Amino acid sequence: MQNVSARRVLIKALLIFLAANLLFPVFSSSPGKGAEPKASPSLYNFVFPGRQRLPYGDQPDLAYNLSLFDLDAMFASHIIAAPKAEDEYRVVLLGDSSVWGFLLEPQDTLSAYLNAAGLSLAGRQVTFYNLGYPTMSVTKDLLLLEHALAYQPDLIIWLVTLESLPRDKQLSSPIVQHNPVPVRTLIETYALDLDPADPALENPSFWQRTLVGQRRPLADFLRLQMYGVMWAATSIDQYYPPSYDSPQSDLEADDSFHGLLPPTLQASDLALDVLQAGVQMAGEVPVLFVNEPIYISQGQNSNIRYNFFYPRWAYDQYRQVLLETCQQKDWDCLDAWDLVSLGEYTNSAIHLTPAGEKLLADQISQVTFKK
Amino acid sequence: MSLSHLLVFVILSLVLGRIASARWRGRFLLAASGLAMYWLQPAIPIRHLDFWLPTATLALSVLVWASTAPGVEVDEDKRCLQQRQNRITALTLGGLVLVIALLRYTQPLCCLTPTIPPAVHQVLLALALAAGIGWAARRISGRRPWLHALTLVLLAVFVVLKSEFLAQAASSGLRLLNGQPTATASALDLRWLGFSYVAFRLIHSLRDRLDGRLPELSLEEFIIYILFFPAFTAGPIDRVQRFIQDLRRPFRLGLEDALAAGRRLLIGVFNKFVLADFLAIIALNAVNATQAHATGWLWILLYAYAFRIYFDFAGYTDIAIGLGGLLGIRLPENFDHPYQKPNPTLFWNSWHMTLAQWLRGYYFNPLTRSLRMIKQGQSSLLPLPLIIFIGQVTTMLFIGLWHGLTWNFAIWGLWHGLGLFIHNRYADWSRPRLAWLDERPGLKRLSELGSVLLNFHFVTLGWVWFALPTPALAWQTLLKLFGG
Repeated sequence: MQNVSARRVLIKALLIFLAANLLFPVFSSSPGKGAEPKASPSLYNFVFPGRQRLPYGDQPDLAYNLSLFDLDAMFASHIIAAPKAEDEYRVVLLGDSSVWGFLLEPQDTLSAYLNAAGLSLAGRQVTFYNLGYPTMSVTKDLLLLEHALAYQPDLIIWLVTLESLPRDKQLSSPIVQHNPVPVRTLIETYALDLDPADPALENPSFWQRTLVGQRRPLADFLRLQMYGVMWAATSIDQYYPPSYDSPQSDLEADDSFHGLLPPTLQASDLALDVLQAGVQMAGEVPVLFVNEPIYISQGQNSNIRYNFFYPRWAYDQYRQVLLETCQQKDWDCLDAWDLVSLGEYTNSAIHLTPAGEKLLADQISQVTFKK
Repeated sequence: MSLSHLLVFVILSLVLGRIASARWRGRFLLAASGLAMYWLQPAIPIRHLDFWLPTATLALSVLVWASTAPGVEVDEDKRCLQQRQNRITALTLGGLVLVIALLRYTQPLCCLTPTIPPAVHQVLLALALAAGIGWAARRISGRRPWLHALTLVLLAVFVVLKSEFLAQAASSGLRLLNGQPTATASALDLRWLGFSYVAFRLIHSLRDRLDGRLPELSLEEFIIYILFFPAFTAGPIDRVQRFIQDLRRPFRLGLEDALAAGRRLLIGVFNKFVLADFLAIIALNAVNATQAHATGWLWILLYAYAFRIYFDFAGYTDIAIGLGGLLGIRLPENFDHPYQKPNPTLFWNSWHMTLAQWLRGYYFNPLTRSLRMIKQGQSSLLPLPLIIFIGQVTTMLFIGLWHGLTWNFAIWGLWHGLGLFIHNRYADWSRPRLAWLDERPGLKRLSELGSVLLNFHFVTLGWVWFALPTPALAWQTLLKLFGG
């Protein structure tokens, strides 16, 4: 072996390590850094087929999917990142886990049933993209919409429910908290009634933005690419438990809703300004708001509550507020709250069975395209 | 071995390699290996078993040493000195076990073992019992029936651990003894860390003692050889004659050794914790084999398995060799680019080399030798191809069953055994017929490349039997790989 100075080797290694760490925040597009959506390198839509829904999963080894917070990487893995055909009429669906399709196989989601309908509009093939994501916050939807607009949608269908509108829910979604800079930019740009200094939106420190600090997001990015093989090989992107409990039917005699008590739910209690921001952000692209179906319990105390989430007074007033807002602001809205019967819910008051999704898809396609 | 284990081992090895004097090197290695054995042992639901299994490893090692160490030393002074040293080592080992047991009283620092160790009086009783057996074994040291019996005991334990049915029955028995419910007994309860490798080293020592090839070893040297912590969990299986030379050589870690070992460690960490762990995400398993719906992607899962198992195992070997290098022990190589070899024979000369060498030395060679000795008149009764067939197939069957007594491991062993035999016959047949290839180097290179690809796929398809739990699933998967 040649004469080697250990000190020189160590000093060089240390310098390279330091330089890599210091330069990483400058060149990286880590979640905490920029507000603008960027193209992210990805093997999806190139080596592997694009995912039909955004990456999400708590048990990666079983679901072949994982939760990460790098929106650029998430969108790059989605089928929406594939080039748009000239004759395509692109529709994106926003919403929570019911849109994402919790417990549903990819071919049983709302977007899949809408695509299966084979709709066309003025000679253009209508293609629906599932951009739902399993947490309830319209601010989370707005964040996703900002990215979705980079993929040239022609129509946005935004499914909402009361639980995604309370102010205290807006910043509680992990994906919102892991993207503080873009969320703060949204708050400031659209003057949202949310606190940009909320501790949940703490900026990543310099050390968190270095290579060492970003090791988890980087590993998640690589894992996402690796799971592309499993997605391509199996078309599985979710773990399906062998059994689950039906939505709660016997309910507590509790009429409070996120600290609010009857008799009145004010419009200002709800983050309707976020919906307004979405419309504004979409600009020329039309937006259809859909009040998604909910489980209407017939069990104990169902005279007080509709389901686990909603006391009747709050939900009824929410529907009224949403209807009035839609009329005042001239928004296209569809209230599908009681569309789906009791037996078509899986494990929650908003998660539908394939038949329930099919029913909702039929209703949406009728209202939107056959009107 | 996790990354945190590894970090501690690297620091420990650096310190030992750098500062331990020749006098204390053995003591430190002994203590470090003993402690590491307890620390690495995974948790077991049977009460205190994660303490008793490492203790049993230690006791078995002492027993085999006592049974193989020469009984008489001509030089009286030397004998006294050796006896004194061995007594000190025995006391050190006993003290070590006792200290680990006493950690149960040092909450919240407790414990080195994954669960709380047993009560001290039980440990003292076990130590007294082990000392008694060791003393008795010393009296009959070197007697052939006793050495054979010990070999059989080790093989029996091995069979119990590798057989799901027997391991579950043993777990039930141990649970019953402990007053624990037997309904939840599982074969996985008997995760005796490192036993496979320990058993190989112990049997090697017993066999070499029987053949008069075992060097004279102190208790300290023997225990370090058996439990040497870098190679404890995943080999390589060193030979005591080679190991002891390094151990006895004065060593102080220098820059060159440190850099070479560091490089090996880095390669090992990258292979194991980056490549193998990432490939594990997509490697073939019982679940995804049934889920994969396209033949092409199923091949990708299989390739991922082939490379994952290689990088995992070779990575561990690199780590072991790197750690050994920091301590002045040059562990033998275990892998030599096995997937670049053009035939099964060369593959098995470069894959898990120390296991293959062990089996060649202690099973294949003696077996084929004895088969050749069966004579009818002047000539051997059995034709040479049959002797080779029996030797290769049974050796590979043994290697298969070493991984577990299941049909799939047996079929995997047979797959390779038949592959070796067919290649052996083909090589004999083709050697004169393909001699002309030597004059056409381009064509020869192309043929070698084809051989490498063919052999790689032979080995890779063999992994289907190894990776999947039942013959039916493996057969179904093989059919699927070919479009079925």
